[in-house]
Amino acid sequence: MASHAESAGHHTAFPWFTDHGKRPGLRGFLTSTNHKRIGMLYMVAVLSFFTIAVILGVLMRIQMLSPDSTFLTGQAYNAMFTVHGIVMIFLVVIPGIPTIFGNFFLPILIGGEDMSFPRLNLFSWYLYMAGAFVVLASLALGTGPVDTGWTFYVPYSLNTTVNVPLAVFGVFLLGMSSILTGINIVTTTHQMRAPGMTFFRMPLSVWGLYSTAWIQVLATPVIGITLVLIMLERLFGIGVFDAAKGGDPILYQHLFWIYSHPAVYIMILPAMGIISDLFPVFSRKNIFGYKTIAFSSLAIASVGSLVWGHHMYVSGQSDTASIVFSLLTFLVAVPSAIKVFNWVATMYKGSVKIDPPFLYALGFIALFAIGGLTGLVLGALSTDVHTHDTYFVVGHFHYIIFGGMGFGLFAALHYWFPKMFGKTYDYKFATVSFIVLFVGFNLFYMTMLILGWAGMPRRYYSYLPKYTDLQVIATVGSWIMVGGLGMMFGNLLYAFFRGKKAEANPWGGATLEWQISSPPSFENFEKVPEITHGPYVFTKEANAEGKGK
Amino acid sequence: MWLFLLSEILIFGGLFLVYAMYRAKHPADFHAASLELSRFDGTLNTAILLTSSLTAVLAIFSLQELNKPRRTAWFLAATIGFGFAFLVVKAFEWGAKFQHGLYPRAAELGTRPHGEILYFGLYFTMTGLHALHVIIGMVVLSVMLAWVLGKKATQQKSAALENAGLYWHLVDIIWIFLFPLFYLIS
Amino acid sequence: MSYARYVYVWIALLVLTAITVTTAGLNIGRVGIIIVLAIAAGKSTLVLLWFMHLRTEKRLLLKLLVPISIATLAIFIGLTYTDILTR
Repeated sequence: MASHAESAGHHTAFPWFTDHGKRPGLRGFLTSTNHKRIGMLYMVAVLSFFTIAVILGVLMRIQMLSPDSTFLTGQAYNAMFTVHGIVMIFLVVIPGIPTIFGNFFLPILIGGEDMSFPRLNLFSWYLYMAGAFVVLASLALGTGPVDTGWTFYVPYSLNTTVNVPLAVFGVFLLGMSSILTGINIVTTTHQMRAPGMTFFRMPLSVWGLYSTAWIQVLATPVIGITLVLIMLERLFGIGVFDAAKGGDPILYQHLFWIYSHPAVYIMILPAMGIISDLFPVFSRKNIFGYKTIAFSSLAIASVGSLVWGHHMYVSGQSDTASIVFSLLTFLVAVPSAIKVFNWVATMYKGSVKIDPPFLYALGFIALFAIGGLTGLVLGALSTDVHTHDTYFVVGHFHYIIFGGMGFGLFAALHYWFPKMFGKTYDYKFATVSFIVLFVGFNLFYMTMLILGWAGMPRRYYSYLPKYTDLQVIATVGSWIMVGGLGMMFGNLLYAFFRGKKAEANPWGGATLEWQISSPPSFENFEKVPEITHGPYVFTKEANAEGKGK
Repeated sequence: MWLFLLSEILIFGGLFLVYAMYRAKHPADFHAASLELSRFDGTLNTAILLTSSLTAVLAIFSLQELNKPRRTAWFLAATIGFGFAFLVVKAFEWGAKFQHGLYPRAAELGTRPHGEILYFGLYFTMTGLHALHVIIGMVVLSVMLAWVLGKKATQQKSAALENAGLYWHLVDIIWIFLFPLFYLIS
Repeated sequence: MSYARYVYVWIALLVLTAITVTTAGLNIGRVGIIIVLAIAAGKSTLVLLWFMHLRTEKRLLLKLLVPISIATLAIFIGLTYTDILTR
């Protein structure tokens, strides 16, 4: 499988240890426009910010161990859940899969050499880092960390004395980075496909990235201008959100959620795409309903852009609007459910092997299903009145975002680790890590669902004594969960430095990335591939190669 | 570039959404406030930008089809000049508003009904953001002018010039909508 | 192949501008906004097709991009209206 060029005396072309005689080491990385190196830059950044946000979460949970805890002041707690939200959402979950795996693998999956706009790609990373730096700087500089929640609702965000303009400007930069990435992904998918790679022969992970990119381009500008309006309102008092001048605070919520709801589809669609790639490989069977899954990605992207009002049922929005949004919300559940059925149907009569990537994929299904079902509770008007702004919501979105996108990311990490780094990791330890993580996750967030249903409000730093037992259980669950995370990342980090050499195709995959060396060379393909069949065709030869060659 | 233009349309789109909502709530106030603007200035600026769009496309045509770089340079200079003229008129308009106390947080504006306050808040935001894009466009076109003179943009390598033109035309289109929405409320 | 086409489009744009300004001077109430927006849409279409070369653009997706973004915007505005107009 490894190309002859590599064995013929060349140093194995490692995407970021080969400097091609130009700029070596770190400088080479920071100035490279190669999509794999940029993917690595994003990986280091995203995972670092993830760690920071997890630590903030742990601190919050410690505060919630008892109702009269003085571990954090109320102000500090408000700042913590705000920053936890901003970092997780804008620095980790929204960019995560498209910038790490989209950048690294999109060109390879479609048989291309790089993205359509490599320099724009590097610029996107610098914009991302600038935005991250501004957001984190806003914690320390000026009047203190933002305490508005990541949603920046008016009128509080207009009046609070903390660093709102700075934090908001940071998010604005991150939005610009996201738009540019989206432009790059759409253009690359259209222009850089190898001969014979029709749209319907592309892996479904590409469909996931592609649908997502459209949302990035169409929806992100709306939050961009909304954040600008916040800054203008604070600086100049233009009046658009100020009730004293005739402004409508609910209009802010409309503008905010017009982006932020589609944003959750930016988070989940790439993960779903990766899961769609994993199920065929680990069932050794073609995916059930390729076109259905592909079109459902587009359907989720489009219909999902019409449901934002379901965040606003109790905001003062009119009943008519609430009914319309509730109906549309129920509609968007349909394509997601179709995907779940198709994935499970792929396993039927397949030859299933539960290696670590697939373990995380199965975990994804379970957790995403729970998250999705709780979403129906929230999407229905009457039950939402009871659960809005409670821990039920927090439990719901952590199941969907963490259980969905997060586990999708972990699955992608375990799947593509051997390809990216040319090293293999300990499968047994990965499995144990998964179990610890999964148990802790459910102990934590299932308890939150129960607490929320029992009336525990979100974003409160204290609570009625009757909730104490469940709060303690949730916190303990969070510790187990973080322990599992530590084990999982520790395992991969160890393998990065000390892992044994990996084969080119350890899982027997049929998509293009498995036809090149592990790790890939600078140009990806020795010669331009010619595609003659779909991405999930497992012939006898592929089967033989997959098993241990 | 077209994808980038899409995102620009959505940026202004958010502002058009805000405008749509508040105009629906305060139709009479919006009409009254619009009488404070000079229709002459608005129409003049519309004509200026439309003409600048003409010179922009003529610049591209001169390079791509006729291969006459000097003419291209003159047309680009004209486009930039028209952009500058637009900004001058705008500056006079804004100046007039400042003089009459019709800007955010001004005392005079505070005495007006809500609809008018919102109208002027939106007026400055939207025409301000538009003017910013005019300035950016002028900078980009100036770079293109330098490229044409320095032979970096030629008949064969005219993609950047074309993209710059597309951006300028979008700025024109946005004004085509801003003009009636602020100046022509009957 | 000459400048003529572009100049004709420019003249048409100026004429449409004159029409729209005149219309606004008339007292026609609610219909007014529909007319001015329609004329603005017409002017934009002329700019898109002729000045921005969408008339001769071969790639279908590019020709659809602007309609897609306008449609998206229309949907956003429409759905927001369901709230603003019914409170």
